[in-house]
Amino acid sequence: MYTPTMLLAILPEILLLTLGVILLVVEPFWKAENRRNAGWLTFGGLLAALLISLLFARPADPQTVFGGMLRYDWYGFFFKMMFLFAAAATSLFMMDHEKLGRRGESYLLLLATTLGMCLMASSADLVMLYLAIETTSIPLYVLSGFMLDDKASTEAGFKYLLYGAVTSAILLYGFSLLFGFTGTTNLDTLGNALAAGPNMSGLVFGVILLLLVGLGFKISAVPFHFWAPDVYQGAPTPVAGFLSTASKAAGFAVLLRLFFAAFPGFASWPSILAVVATLTMTIGNLLALPQTNLKRLLAYSSIAHAGYALIGVVAFSELGRASVVFYLLAYIATNLLAFGAVMAFSRITGSDDIKDFSGLSRRSPWLGLAMLAAFLSLAGMPPFGGFVAKVIVFAAAVDKGLYVLAIIGILNSIIAVYYYLNVLKFVYLYRMDGENEEAHPIPLTRPYAIALVVLAVGVVLLGTLFGPWFDWSNLAALNLF
Amino acid sequence: MVDISYYILLSAVLFTIGAVGVLVRRNPLIIFMSVELMLNAANLAFVSFASMHGSLDGQIFVFFVMTVAAAEVAVGLALIVQIFKSRHSINVDEMNSLKG
Repeated sequence: MYTPTMLLAILPEILLLTLGVILLVVEPFWKAENRRNAGWLTFGGLLAALLISLLFARPADPQTVFGGMLRYDWYGFFFKMMFLFAAAATSLFMMDHEKLGRRGESYLLLLATTLGMCLMASSADLVMLYLAIETTSIPLYVLSGFMLDDKASTEAGFKYLLYGAVTSAILLYGFSLLFGFTGTTNLDTLGNALAAGPNMSGLVFGVILLLLVGLGFKISAVPFHFWAPDVYQGAPTPVAGFLSTASKAAGFAVLLRLFFAAFPGFASWPSILAVVATLTMTIGNLLALPQTNLKRLLAYSSIAHAGYALIGVVAFSELGRASVVFYLLAYIATNLLAFGAVMAFSRITGSDDIKDFSGLSRRSPWLGLAMLAAFLSLAGMPPFGGFVAKVIVFAAAVDKGLYVLAIIGILNSIIAVYYYLNVLKFVYLYRMDGENEEAHPIPLTRPYAIALVVLAVGVVLLGTLFGPWFDWSNLAALNLF
Repeated sequence: MVDISYYILLSAVLFTIGAVGVLVRRNPLIIFMSVELMLNAANLAFVSFASMHGSLDGQIFVFFVMTVAAAEVAVGLALIVQIFKSRHSINVDEMNSLKG
């Protein structure tokens, strides 16, 4: 039963795989000094894949393909485009990384994990979902531990692997029970079978907890967040940036689809998620306050952001789903910009301590401006994307009468402003020791310049011309199931 | 024919043993074995539910899980070897250079 739409449904994945094979064949023939071009090849290829998919693979009416394994709809498509964009930016950041930039394998692993994320966003069957999650995770374990001569990197990779393996085993046990209760692995029929079957709300509650462990790890929600700061600090910075954005977004894509499809009638999960969201925001923000390492600070900030996005899931409405999708879009652009700026700085200085950022605005005004845009957007200031995203998420909560949750979210964003502005204080107000910043410039190589400019423009666009972006998020949310 | 609930009970027991092993043991190799136990507990549940429902989906799932488990362990062992080279110890309590 072959139809052309089957190929269109997986066009981004086919292009990713083709790009990976081209990279694998071409790269060994290049001389060692040209190996960095693998980064340009990956970037160009990802950009081409993004454009070709946008032109030819836009979904019409939602439909399932490949025997119900994948769902071809706007929701999956929108997330796929986000992942391709994040991977393209990450490939630029990887190019001038000392250990990653000249190794074809690192780009190949990036493409493999992006492929897994694309499948995560569109899978409509438990078998496919499990395989997609593992296809995403295993290359990320390798990438986190990629710097083999660096103790911190191997330790980060190993910790990520241990947490990942245990939580995915727990997730799998949840899947097996879900299959046992319903006799099907298809998400569409699974929800109906659960609703039609005998009342098992106690057992289903247990299954929801098992699934939450697995997905909570992916989105680094409290109490499954312990890996995040260690892994972000130890892993190569481009990988940490990718982990905190695309990997988290993929986790949310699965969380939304799985919970809305399988448990629409179970009122217990929004209240569990409300508790998780509150804890995630509060603990993430409080632990970010005392940090002295900027990568660790960004890790705790990314935990807190998972909490804000969860508010939209708890709202359990169309606006709520659209707000989560928009939040993730704004968050991907903003956090990649933040990690990119940190990378551009620590590549020259070899440090990511916050106090070493003193005088950055004089050493490199443009990099300082990029930091300003990223951190103000993370803090939720207009006119940046982070502001609009927070407003919509809180609006979704208020719309459903979740006033307490919205107020907790707003109080948390106020706490967060403190530590974001603290970083900017070092960047803009403090001077370097000796006050001779002009003697220590921070040159930006071309890949960094391109990526930082595009991301900074994107963050401003998301915050000013947010209409079309929100319309697309809405379209994606409508198509969920 | 043994009743299906015994298989499910066995799988729950195996899963619990695996989970406790992960939490208690300090040697990463034993931790990996415990994770394998958890995965196989899920496999057992899948197979017995599949025979209960008379559907093949669960059996197919098990094949994929075994493949994925092998891939995961391969990456894990590679990282353990690398950590052992630089630290001469693989005790997870000593992997504490990242904290704060």
